[in-house]
Amino acid sequence: MIKVIKMISKGKFGKYGGIFVPELLIPALEELEIAFLKYKDDDKFNEELDYYLKEFAGRPTSLYLARNLSNKLGCKIYLKREDMLHTGAHKINNTLGQGLLAKYMGKKRLIAETGAGQHGIATAVVGALLEIPTEVYMGSEDVERQKLNVFRMELSDAHVLPVYTGSCTLKDAINQAFRDWISNLDTTHYLIGSTMGPHPYPTMVKHFQSIIGRETKEQIMEKEDELPDTIIACVGGGSNSIGIFSGFIDNKEVDLIGVEGGGEGLDSGKTGATLSIGTQGVLHGSFSYVLQDYDGQISEAHSVSAGLDYPGVGPEHSYLKDTERAKYVAINNQEALRGFKLLSQYEGIIPALESAHAIAYAEKYAQINENKGKTIVVNLSGRGDKDMFLAAQKMGLKL
Amino acid sequence: MNNHLSSENQKEMNNHPSSENQKERDYNQSSASTGIENNLDIESYQEMFRRVKKQGEGAFIPFIVAGDPDFETSLEIVRKFTENGADALEIGFAFSDPVADGPTVQEADTRALKTGMTTKSGFEFIKKIREFTSIPIGILVYYNLIYKMGIDEFYKNAAESGVNGILSADLPPEEAEPAVASARKYQIDQIFMVAQTTSNERLQVINKLCSGFLYVVAVMGVTGARSKLKQSTVKLVERVNGHSDLPIAVGFGISKPEHVKEVVDAGSDGAIVASALLNIISDNLQDKELMLARIAEFSKELKNATKRR
Repeated sequence: MIKVIKMISKGKFGKYGGIFVPELLIPALEELEIAFLKYKDDDKFNEELDYYLKEFAGRPTSLYLARNLSNKLGCKIYLKREDMLHTGAHKINNTLGQGLLAKYMGKKRLIAETGAGQHGIATAVVGALLEIPTEVYMGSEDVERQKLNVFRMELSDAHVLPVYTGSCTLKDAINQAFRDWISNLDTTHYLIGSTMGPHPYPTMVKHFQSIIGRETKEQIMEKEDELPDTIIACVGGGSNSIGIFSGFIDNKEVDLIGVEGGGEGLDSGKTGATLSIGTQGVLHGSFSYVLQDYDGQISEAHSVSAGLDYPGVGPEHSYLKDTERAKYVAINNQEALRGFKLLSQYEGIIPALESAHAIAYAEKYAQINENKGKTIVVNLSGRGDKDMFLAAQKMGLKL
Repeated sequence: MNNHLSSENQKEMNNHPSSENQKERDYNQSSASTGIENNLDIESYQEMFRRVKKQGEGAFIPFIVAGDPDFETSLEIVRKFTENGADALEIGFAFSDPVADGPTVQEADTRALKTGMTTKSGFEFIKKIREFTSIPIGILVYYNLIYKMGIDEFYKNAAESGVNGILSADLPPEEAEPAVASARKYQIDQIFMVAQTTSNERLQVINKLCSGFLYVVAVMGVTGARSKLKQSTVKLVERVNGHSDLPIAVGFGISKPEHVKEVVDAGSDGAIVASALLNIISDNLQDKELMLARIAEFSKELKNATKRR
């Protein structure tokens, strides 16, 4: 093995992960790994992070028994209510963690990428909270589609930078954020929003999201006195899913199911289901499953839900797939909209379109005979406020 | 870990037996028709750097993306390079997500991809170049294209097309073991980048792993034309020379004859010019004659700037 770096690990999950980045970035990754390893077990850091998670973000989130849906589906369905967090999704767990880390590292500027805007907003509010100037890269197409979220970010004093290169969407925003980081290493922390990217990001984001799994485990033991049969979570880059899975990976009896955005169908060429139909490759710094063509050019992903609209996936998910510790399925746009309506009608909870994929799969799963009566936890990663216009439009309504 | 990667590759290659055979046939055809090895001796990087040094010059190394703005024009541009003083060539393989590159190179990538360039046609492009020049050819490629073709297969194709060196922008030494093994197998120089952020300790390790030349990244940033060269670039050239026995060539932001002169005077063995040349392409897409004339003229100026007084 070629040993050059000071990093203690290349962050491999089996063969996945790694540090496939330009030479300029290597010392920045080293610096980040050192800081992460130092502060993740630092009492003062954790005390401050816990304070913000509780008082600013609203943790712990409840584990809610969805009684009506359970009765309808013949299973016991719990919802992990990450949708109740400040800014409306689990993203804040990670942005608070990394934002605070950046502050401890003395960084003067945060940059982030965002697709629909959820991670951008979660970064913007943390920038405001911790008084760190924040700039958010967003594909120009997404800026147009998500004007409301652009406004929300700018209200929190973040600067939104439209990206006009490539496909003008999330993957191009990530490219641009990397380029910015390469050019401003001393001052800037790149706050990646999912379990993707080069080491230490996948491990670090998992660490900050693992609170979902820890809480869920405690709560389910309190309520049921036993572990659930199944955990279901949606997978885009894979941060909410790895967050909840992490609490149960060692409990082999718990089935872990990741639900990808199937888009218009797995054969349609318009899908975000990287683990379902992708092949192995290198994108954005790590080796993982990727949506790509024969030559390795990266494809554009498609999903009704912007958060699942990414042609890559976190490397640990690739590992969990290959080792069959987790199973990955796809839910198409139409099924997701059905899940969106289902939860709204039965429980009075409007899920984010991302989380609606997990709900839709939970319904499918519950309809299989052998699954009747099982206890299922669905990670409700976000709320649907952001999706009102799109959902109405898909239902043929004009607001 | 690395074993996993290569065995995975193997598996993927085995999944496409017909395309593999296709490739085999293409080699045989092309080596028969171009007769690369018989008619034209390929100059090595070592020989080239020795040659220019003897002449009291630095090497002028222009860059183009294969197939930008289209296959034929791209080839004519390379011909202009070679007729106007290029000592070696850097040929980029277009990629959809070039994170180490600025907008100029990305636009060139996009133009090339739109004309249908593939990894295979990239190698065809190199073979065409080899019909008229023997100077060293390096390719710049993002690692996913290498991985997807199969690492061994990619290097084999490169060797058979007449490539001297391969540099992968997102492949640091830590991840490069399988690539370096294939490079050695096919006698290709694996070229690495070193930057301002590269420590001396790291530089020495990279120096051992690298062959051909060291690519010195002049700026803290991505590729792209810049108006001024920083003092830090000169210092970096001196530092790299102090820790490496390989020839060095400076790239990223080298956009004017003055920049070329400055890095050569600082002790660089060569200068790589990319975005400033690509800008000539994008500025003259409507007038090919003018584009070629300007490329020729600018190449001459850049080459002249490598001559030490």
